[in-house]
Amino acid sequence: MDLAYTEEHKAFREEVRSWLADNVPSEPLKTYDTEEGFQQHREWEAKLNEGRWGMVTWPTELGGRDADLLQWLIFEEEYFKAKAPARVNQNGIFLLGPTLMEYGTEEQKAEILPKMANGTEVWAQGWSEPNAGSDMAAVRAKAELSECGEFYVINGQKTWSTRAVWADQCFGMFRTDPESKRHHGLTFILVPLDLEGITVRPIPQLDGLPGFAEIFFDDVKVPVKRRLGGEGEGWKVAMATAGFERGLMLRSPARFQQTATRLVELYKANQERADRDPSVRDAVLKSYMDAESYCLSTYQTACRLIKGGKIGAESSTNKIFWSELDRQMHATAMSILSARAELEPHAPDAQGVGDWLDGWLFAQSGPIYAGTNEIQRNIIAERMLGMPRA
Amino acid sequence: MDFTFTEDQLLFKESVADFLRNEITPEKIRELWDSETGRSDALWTQLAELGLTGMTVPEEFGGLGMNELDFVLLAQECGYVALPEPLVHNVLVAVPTLIACNNDKLKKQWLPKIADGSAKVSVGLEENFLVEDAHVADLLILQSGDELHAISKDAVSLRYNQSIDLSRKLYAVEWTPSAATCIASGDEGKAQIEAIMNRGALACAAQALGLAQRMIEMSVQYTSERHQFGKPIGSFQAVKHHMSNIAVRLEYAKAPVHRAAYAIANGQSTASLNVSHAKLVSTEAADLAAKNCMQVHGAMGYTWEVDLHIFMKKAWAFNSTWGDVAFHKMRVADYIFADDAPLGAGNTFLA
Ligand SMILES: Cc1cc2nc3c(=O)[nH]c(=O)nc-3n(C[C@H](O)[C@H](O)[C@H](O)COP(=O)(O)OP(=O)(O)OC[C@H]3O[C@@H](n4cnc5c(N)ncnc54)[C@H](O)[C@@H]3O)c2cc1C
Repeated sequence: MDLAYTEEHKAFREEVRSWLADNVPSEPLKTYDTEEGFQQHREWEAKLNEGRWGMVTWPTELGGRDADLLQWLIFEEEYFKAKAPARVNQNGIFLLGPTLMEYGTEEQKAEILPKMANGTEVWAQGWSEPNAGSDMAAVRAKAELSECGEFYVINGQKTWSTRAVWADQCFGMFRTDPESKRHHGLTFILVPLDLEGITVRPIPQLDGLPGFAEIFFDDVKVPVKRRLGGEGEGWKVAMATAGFERGLMLRSPARFQQTATRLVELYKANQERADRDPSVRDAVLKSYMDAESYCLSTYQTACRLIKGGKIGAESSTNKIFWSELDRQMHATAMSILSARAELEPHAPDAQGVGDWLDGWLFAQSGPIYAGTNEIQRNIIAERMLGMPRA
Repeated sequence: MDFTFTEDQLLFKESVADFLRNEITPEKIRELWDSETGRSDALWTQLAELGLTGMTVPEEFGGLGMNELDFVLLAQECGYVALPEPLVHNVLVAVPTLIACNNDKLKKQWLPKIADGSAKVSVGLEENFLVEDAHVADLLILQSGDELHAISKDAVSLRYNQSIDLSRKLYAVEWTPSAATCIASGDEGKAQIEAIMNRGALACAAQALGLAQRMIEMSVQYTSERHQFGKPIGSFQAVKHHMSNIAVRLEYAKAPVHRAAYAIANGQSTASLNVSHAKLVSTEAADLAAKNCMQVHGAMGYTWEVDLHIFMKKAWAFNSTWGDVAFHKMRVADYIFADDAPLGAGNTFLA
């Protein structure tokens, strides 16, 4: 065991830091849940890609840096410290990209990955349907092979698709075998959102902005070459997309460590009032420790993977840990902000409220998206601990 | 940067775990409850023969010359079996304290004996107020203010205090400090006392991980066998979620404990912070394990016959010994609320 960064790591950190210092916009971008903000974030992705910082773990020939997981963690640390913009194309770059590299044909990679990397094509995910939420294997939207065998004809509905309002592409699972049940007979298909027969209906989220959308498919014709993996292999490919490393990339520790740090600052700035409720100080302490625990465990896992280790069922604890931590930190901030906590940041007397309210709203969704925490608990009990199935 | 254990460390842990699981059964523990000292010389000899009592003793004194990091996984295993013998204390607390004190005579006299199993040393801090295993210790190292004193067993009188965990043997020690017994004072004494606290707390933290793991496994087994409503109770979601909740807290308590062992082994300046963090999160996980495992056992869990309480009671004791929750929270608070505290992303591995 050696818990010191190598010279190479340190140099890498410096390089990230100095590029970000030169390039991160001085004014925060508008949220990507607005049309203007979406466009600004797209441009930021292009800039990141020019500097080869779009996805450091991608291969060099695709604009990455062949970085290992530790470098990725270092990149993220600097990224969050620099308050760089949120990643509008994270579903593409972090989730679909690596899956394409594993399952895609050469043609698919050549066609899709460069446009994904430079932000020309932003991706949305289409798993959920009105009657397939936690029970993802209940997917009904169907894709029928046309008689000429050249395209799939898609009919049905997807929902809760994040950023689909302004996204260009969507990936998801469709039922290609109408006789099939559950996770059989599903196929992973990449669908351009501008095809005829597609209707995207925005859904306002808790903050009133259309952060996700319903997607209706009405005889939508998608060329067969847009299928990822074999017909009927959708479940397998989907599981790879949702795999641990990618889950890690979705929520790296730096994000929570920075929130914990801001929480300590908020507490110190308002200590006298905050201490009237003794549980607040305790919650701040606990937040700091849990954020550190998350970081330490992630580093330990990353090192194990780098040495060729395999990730086991214990990775299903990850989602619960960070989503509960995020909620706890924001709840504590709301307590500290006291009677101002309910004020929108632009309200004239909302001094000091800043991003906390937005964060608080978003933290409500953590225990729901990417597999609810109840579903995660079922998985932990059955697959990690070996308890009997229901 | 490599946050993993070596093949050797993992293999050694496996072999010791096999030994402990075979020898230290719940039946054995109950047998020792009824013995006069609660300790077994035969077992201690076996531990010495395996090289365990001398793990942290330098080679020149007949030990294996290993460090806290080499032992931390074994300490987890000692927790897993609820080992009554004071092995973790001797290896993680007593030996390093002897090594750190500037006293060659003391080292020459005691380190070889600890290594070959012919002597035990107990270290006591005022924060604990009672001393573990003082009745079987040949030498006691005790705190008096900023001083540490080395006291022979003949120079003390002991008053036994029974713990709810019958495997813990706790003593009030009456003794008189003198210039002749003093082995560290002033700044050196303070630094040593802090180091001892860190080692004792690490010992609890590592064992707490093992205790939590054991309680989970016992409960998974019990709830798979016990049927109600025509099904194993472990198939009910409420029961499952009790177990998953422990697993989540336990999973994220491991790396902090390993980080703390590393900080101590490498003399890092963050050791006190790392240890307090580790002890808080690992004992919290074990405490939650005790609560939830009790619940899923139903009335069985409330009995003396079922083995769960062996592990549960030790977990309860670990909450408040070697620095209670308040002690460790204060140390973390002192660090994070300081004016120039280096918090946040990128600072986790500062030394
Ligand atoms: C902010 C946000 C972004 C999202 N983005 C996307 C996206 O981009 N693409 C996409 O496809 N989906 C997306 N989702 C949808 C998300 O994946 C689903 O909301 C989630 O899987 C839960 O499904 P559901 O909402 O239908 O809830 P339900 O499945 O109806 O669950 C409701 C409640 O019942 C509980 N429950 C259900 N089944 C069980 C069970 N077996 N055991 C115990 N409890 C159970 C759940 O835990 C939950 O508490 C997003 C959701 C949110 C909130």
